[in-house]
Amino acid sequence: MNTVVRYLKSLLLLELFQGLGVTMRHFFKPKFTIRYPEEKTPKSNRFRGLHALRRYPNGEERCIACKLCEAVCPALAITIDSTQRDDGSRRTTRYDIDLFKCIYCGYCEESCPVDSIVLTDLLEFHMEERVERVVSKQQLLAIGDRYESQIAANRERDAAYR
Amino acid sequence: MMLDMIPDVILDLAWIVIKIVAIILPMTVAVAYFTYAERRVIGFMQVRMGPNRVGILGFKLWGLAQPFADVFKLLMKEIILPDNSNKFLFLLAPMLAIAPAFAAWAVIPFNDFLVLADINAGLLYILAMTSLGVYGVIIAGWASNSKYAFLGAMRSAAQIVSYEIAMGFALIGVLVLSGTLNLSGIVQAQSGGIFDWFWLPLLPLFVIYFVSGVAETNRAPFDVAEGESEIVAGFHVEYSGAAFAVFFLAEYANMILISVLTALLFLGGWLSPFQGVPVLGDTFLGSGSIFWLFAKSSIFMFLFLWLRATFPRYRYDQIMRLGWKVFLPITIVWVMVAALMAVLGIVVKGG
Amino acid sequence: MNELPLQEMVFYLFSFVMLASAIMVVTVRNPVYAALFLILTFFTAAAVWMLLEAEFLAIVLVVVYVGAVMVLFLFVVMMLDINIAPLKEGFIRYLPVGLLVAFVMAAEMVMVLWGKDRAVEGMFPTPAPAEPGYSNTEAVGEWLYTQYLLPFEMAGVILLVAMVAAIMLTLRKRPGVKAQNPSNQVKVRREERIKLISMPSETSNDQRGG
Repeated sequence: MNTVVRYLKSLLLLELFQGLGVTMRHFFKPKFTIRYPEEKTPKSNRFRGLHALRRYPNGEERCIACKLCEAVCPALAITIDSTQRDDGSRRTTRYDIDLFKCIYCGYCEESCPVDSIVLTDLLEFHMEERVERVVSKQQLLAIGDRYESQIAANRERDAAYR
Repeated sequence: MMLDMIPDVILDLAWIVIKIVAIILPMTVAVAYFTYAERRVIGFMQVRMGPNRVGILGFKLWGLAQPFADVFKLLMKEIILPDNSNKFLFLLAPMLAIAPAFAAWAVIPFNDFLVLADINAGLLYILAMTSLGVYGVIIAGWASNSKYAFLGAMRSAAQIVSYEIAMGFALIGVLVLSGTLNLSGIVQAQSGGIFDWFWLPLLPLFVIYFVSGVAETNRAPFDVAEGESEIVAGFHVEYSGAAFAVFFLAEYANMILISVLTALLFLGGWLSPFQGVPVLGDTFLGSGSIFWLFAKSSIFMFLFLWLRATFPRYRYDQIMRLGWKVFLPITIVWVMVAALMAVLGIVVKGG
Repeated sequence: MNELPLQEMVFYLFSFVMLASAIMVVTVRNPVYAALFLILTFFTAAAVWMLLEAEFLAIVLVVVYVGAVMVLFLFVVMMLDINIAPLKEGFIRYLPVGLLVAFVMAAEMVMVLWGKDRAVEGMFPTPAPAEPGYSNTEAVGEWLYTQYLLPFEMAGVILLVAMVAAIMLTLRKRPGVKAQNPSNQVKVRREERIKLISMPSETSNDQRGG
């Protein structure tokens, strides 16, 4: 008897129709797809994207060329040269980050005593030539200037957890 | 008049060529959009969007220009001829695959007068043409000089030959009830309402015919000939560019062919399901037309995609078991049942 | 301009292809090519039959020989790793036998074609154009199931015996074969393989107590 029921079940394709039902239900479900350039997934305020060098509100650059970031960088992506400025303070003459070497771990930001080097939440950057992978001090400062409000807001939101 | 100068033979040939083009051109467009539909439908069933970007002149149009982008890409790619492959057969194989897929359309009646060649043995001709498609696959596999291609070809050959038999028996059921091999005649024999079509008395054969059709076209869940997880892409691993496009075209043309055939043989072809309903009478809905045929075949075309989105691939020995040990006995039994129905007058042809 | 009879043109085209490919079948070296030429021969033969209005036979030739038998032929030929040289070794030795067979066959054909009661001209009369309702499928069916029923059934039984014998050869039990049985696998139900049991979850106290 059991075998007969079993044969009938497989001949009526019951299980197959169940399966077809599942896919048909999903056919009408709202889709998960994010249409990327128009829609974006929310980003965490801790998102580690493109680097930037920040300034104090008075326009003075924060970096004091302590080279802690250079030392901590596990990928050896940061290169720093420094010299004494006319006012006697120590400043960088060169601050290069190789974006191909960088692994976006954020140690540089953690190690920085003056919150100068930061990772912004920018992720849509590109380059057309290989040499462009090395971003210079001027470029980093320019990024910092341009996105300062965004950077500050993200740090503000994360402050309670640091 | 100028036309008198041209011999009749050439006029006849030209007229035939025009008719052939009139079938093949819409077919090719249908194939192009079938691939688009496939990607969209499977995408939707996997809760994603599918292609929705490629449009014309900056309008996305839900990705409707995607097939053209695909075609141009494939046509511009290089056709790679593998070393030690048999060059002639390698290039012949795609043509052998596509030719029967198109040739079979010659006897398909689109409505009661629209048919290229209204031959008596139409159904047999269809059977012959679909069985020829296997040569493209076998020769492609052998000529590629590749293990994967060869394995795919062997699997495909065995599979197509096995399912041909179940398919043939399913067709015999139709023959018994309709009493003719002519496809127009078969459709006429189903006239009446929706319950006079052959799907009802021949339900098991209807299901088996369609499933065998899926197996015959090497589509999921019977696509062991491609089996990308085991043998990369089966018989067409070594093909690229236009040669691959032709295989692609043949596969989809065959799918459309099977869909139309199922509609013709079991769902009354161009006949209206509302035939005989007094209210509709002679209105557009009530009378048979080519649109009914298209509507019915699109059901099966959708089913092809639906099956692919739903079922995992059969293992090779399971396919063989299904064909020989399940489908064949059922069809043989049901052919006898159909014969009984015809003799006892349970099913009267022509409603 | 005189009219070109389309049908004759088609006939000569197909006959030429058929003869040429038939010659190629026996002369070509690669067995796969030979099989492919044989397919072409069958196909063109079917086309010629079609011109004789023997639609049913023509299409059955394509379905059975081209669509199934030759597929299996190709299947085997492609699997074999045939070395051409040893195949040609016995050519001279078997030549007399081959010639004899060829001669006998040719003689038989001549006897059939030039038989006493057949005149060469009237030998192959053009078949009268079929009436609109005529179906030669039906005609073949009528003859097979009335006049030739006994030979037909005998042929059927002989084929059945051959089939049963072939299946028996493959069905014998061999030790050491690891092939699975798909029908047994399909039959398996969840209840036969998995037992769901209810167990109280262990707490840290239980663990400490051992």
